[in-house]
Amino acid sequence: MPAFIQMGSEKHFSSLHTTLCATGGGAYKFEQDFLTMGDLQLCKLDELDCLIKGVLYIDSVGFNGHSECYYFENPTDAERCQKLPFNLENPYPLLLVNIGSGVSILAVYSKENYKRVTGTSLGGGTFFGLCCLLTGCSTFEEALEMASRGDSTKVDKLVRDIYGGDYERFGLPGWAVASSFGNMMSKEKRDSVSKEDLAKATLITITNNIGSIARMCALNENINRVVFVGNFLRINTISMRLLAYALDYWSKGQLKALFLEHE
Amino acid sequence: MRRPRYHANLCAYVCIPMRPGEEWVAFKMAERGGRGSGGHGSLDKSITLPPDEIFRNLENAKRFAIDIGGSLTKLAYYSTVQHKVARVRSFDHSGKDIENEPLYEITVQEEITARLHFIKFENTYIETCLDFIKDHLVNTETKVIKATGGGAYKFKDLIEKKLGLKVDKEDVMTCLIKGCNFVLRNIPHEVFAYQKDSDTEFRFQTNDPNIFPYLLVNIGSGVSIVKVETEDKFEWIGGSSIGGGTFWGLGALLTKTKKFDELLQLASKGQHTNVDMLVKDVYGGAYQTLGLSGNLIASSFGKSTTADKEFSKEDMAKSLLHMISNDIGQLACLYAKLHNLEKIYFGGFFIRGHPVTMRTITYSINFFSKGEVQALFLRHEGYLGAIGAFLKGAEQDNPNQYSWGENYAGSSGLMSTSPDVYPMQRTRSGTFDMLEMDRLERPLVNLPLLKDPSTYIPDTVDLTDDAMARKYWLTCFEEALDGVAKRAAASQPDSMDALERAEKFRQKYWNKLQTLRQQPFAYGTLTVRSLLDTREHCLNEFNFPDPYSKIKQKENGIALKCFHSVIESLDSLDWEERQFALVKGLLAGNVFDWGAKAVSDVLESEPQFGFEEAKSKLQERPWLQDSYNQWLERLKEGPPHKCALIFTDNSGIDIILGVFPFVRELLSRGTEVILACNSGPALNDVTYSESLIVTERIAAMDPIIQSALKEEKLLLVQTGSSSPCLDLSRLDKGLAVLVRERKTDLVIIEGMGRAIHTNYYAAFKCESLKLAVIKNSWLADRLGGKIFSVIFKYEVPCQ
Repeated sequence: MPAFIQMGSEKHFSSLHTTLCATGGGAYKFEQDFLTMGDLQLCKLDELDCLIKGVLYIDSVGFNGHSECYYFENPTDAERCQKLPFNLENPYPLLLVNIGSGVSILAVYSKENYKRVTGTSLGGGTFFGLCCLLTGCSTFEEALEMASRGDSTKVDKLVRDIYGGDYERFGLPGWAVASSFGNMMSKEKRDSVSKEDLAKATLITITNNIGSIARMCALNENINRVVFVGNFLRINTISMRLLAYALDYWSKGQLKALFLEHE
Repeated sequence: MRRPRYHANLCAYVCIPMRPGEEWVAFKMAERGGRGSGGHGSLDKSITLPPDEIFRNLENAKRFAIDIGGSLTKLAYYSTVQHKVARVRSFDHSGKDIENEPLYEITVQEEITARLHFIKFENTYIETCLDFIKDHLVNTETKVIKATGGGAYKFKDLIEKKLGLKVDKEDVMTCLIKGCNFVLRNIPHEVFAYQKDSDTEFRFQTNDPNIFPYLLVNIGSGVSIVKVETEDKFEWIGGSSIGGGTFWGLGALLTKTKKFDELLQLASKGQHTNVDMLVKDVYGGAYQTLGLSGNLIASSFGKSTTADKEFSKEDMAKSLLHMISNDIGQLACLYAKLHNLEKIYFGGFFIRGHPVTMRTITYSINFFSKGEVQALFLRHEGYLGAIGAFLKGAEQDNPNQYSWGENYAGSSGLMSTSPDVYPMQRTRSGTFDMLEMDRLERPLVNLPLLKDPSTYIPDTVDLTDDAMARKYWLTCFEEALDGVAKRAAASQPDSMDALERAEKFRQKYWNKLQTLRQQPFAYGTLTVRSLLDTREHCLNEFNFPDPYSKIKQKENGIALKCFHSVIESLDSLDWEERQFALVKGLLAGNVFDWGAKAVSDVLESEPQFGFEEAKSKLQERPWLQDSYNQWLERLKEGPPHKCALIFTDNSGIDIILGVFPFVRELLSRGTEVILACNSGPALNDVTYSESLIVTERIAAMDPIIQSALKEEKLLLVQTGSSSPCLDLSRLDKGLAVLVRERKTDLVIIEGMGRAIHTNYYAAFKCESLKLAVIKNSWLADRLGGKIFSVIFKYEVPCQ
């Protein structure tokens, strides 16, 4: 960013424009720098306003004639699962889950009428941050790539690890994660997992948690369409599929997870 | 003085009594030398089982249950306890010289009561403990042991081999919830909110008679969120995989620290802002449009997105703790909102007695519910599974139909083994912690006349809150202790070991007082009542069921002789004078209270200190609290009360010359009277059985009392309590039924213990009269009066 400001200063952006439209957290953080170094007045647009306008705009334009919005059909069935377009003609109300470094969840009732329902600090930054600490990786792409090759069930304690199978008293399937990183309480198991396993477990943990919070918000707000957007999902099919799956499974098909092509 | 068992490193022996009464035998288990014993030093299994304190009453034990968690084992059993009780029996006086005979006979009898024992210890000691139990288990009827908890599978074979009992596994959650219902119903001050940064860290909640519905958030390795609607109806409504196991597992990976406790210790020293990305790191300040504070965490571990920077273990542990606590709090709030629940109890090993996690969870709940929901914790949370498993096994005994009471003498109290409270114990986080509950003879319920049972607080001063008052009262009880021990010993002159037992009692109560100085929150809110009750429990523990029995007997005898003349002089007064004399008599009688130091000094040095002298000691009107005029007006103008409920105080002059003339006047007005006395002895308070004899003797002298008894206009009942104070939320069910039947419209409470230390602020649906003489100069000073100041509080509920 300082380089960009420097460039702006050198190229005399300010002689062309006096204001620059900007959004995102950095717009606030770097406002002073833009002003002092680049002589540029930032016209800060609210990040969330922009996000919502963006989501609705992209969808109205479409993607080469295709719908911008899509979902996964049969997300609980690995064989039959497929990506299908979703027509977002009547978008409201929808729950917008923006997964950046953290997560913001918005309930959108119309173009102007939306509110931030809640947020969580367990987001993309947490996945990437923990991966750096656990695996020594240095880019988000690298972290994702490692995760795609790992096996999280070595790291996580599943329901079946505790109960030998399903926990019928509570209707919990054996494959469900009972404790994220739960196996790592034991030294032997800590010594036997790979970095890839750890990256995968981190990804699964963060993704499931976002799904869980989003699902609860959707229920509390009485909204059944949940649109997931944000940097975290960029090239991250594992998380998208998992979100689609988790939302479908735990809501018994009541909730639908939607994604955007060009978010 | 800390007990030897806390000096783990000095003591490398396990001391176990081989047979009751025999010498203690020391087993050498593991040397943990201070002088370089090297090699096996890491295995610290050294422990001393203090004599008579752990695994008590095993001889009669039955119905075992065990809950084995990841690191702690909780054992539960039911046993019968034989202890001495004082009984009074009326003599047959026909043809005897009544003048020189005592009024009634006191005998000490053996009584058998039921007690529940719960013991918590580290899994490391399980084998030693099982051996110990096997050696002491005499009862052969027991065939099975109920087991729950993750470790129940792991230790099944060991238990079956060692104890010869069949392990019968019970569902973890079912046990947890059964246990939770049980403690919520039976243990006062079970529930607390945690506030780290206030003077009182533990804010105990009044027991709501309606315990359902509630949300139980159990944070074990994962998180289970269970909605409990009735005793048998509960539902798993959700959960999360991010729980204690995540903190432990991920924490171990990040910090190379193996133990859960050590991770918490690290976390409490760290700075999460070094690892987390805050809102202000993103926006440079607060995010105004959404009202997000700049210090809010925007992204957990958001600053560690780099491979070339080192982060401290403490900071990472702290960040992890925040991440997990916040996440759980957020989910709990979402579930509470969806199911419209207000009460959320947190439990599981992540919480268990750890101030660090209770604090972060509380913070999170506050934040996400915007202060609408309070995070609640349970004093006996660690025992829920064991209690529930036990109850499953004891269903045929119907334990839920009884009321149970926490025995302060036999219970360790909150945080007894917490490393945060005893830093010396850092190496071992859980030694032996105990909970004992006595089965009460009769079920206890609320007084139906309480204005609002859910907000009723018996105690006037919260000593956990009020440091000055706490210091005063603890010192007061310490100073009185030698005298109490002496009197206890003197009450059993024929007993060989009375002195020895009295000394044991003294030691035990002294230790309790020291514990309470350090941890005022150990047994719930610390109050004068709890201090008195603890003393009674300790006295009973060492078989001093009624140290005042002989004094009471003597006083009752003396007072009865004066009854006739007192009545005669009262009857000679005109109506208005008589009303005042009756009230003064009630108050003067109340000066005779062996529980108050000032009076016991006078009484022991001047045995002739009489009724008249007591009256002269009383403060002149206007009294410190004086609504006598309103009371008189009410008697003059209003219709007679339908029925008065009187809670009595002391034996002797108080009941006979103070209360009975007053009762007689009420009866003459056409008011029925329910006279409620303690079920068991406490200080010199008149007990129900003593009151029966006293009343019988008065009836023989007085026709008004006699006919009232005959026509059932004067009724004697027991309170269900053995305390010198009065908790109106735990009263004998029979009393409550009678109060309702007779349409009671006046409650009279007399005495310092019942009307000042407790119930001073109690609000009723009907008229009430609280009277007492303040016999403690510190308390008098606090209330703005002097010693022997009078409280006369007549209240009419506002309509």
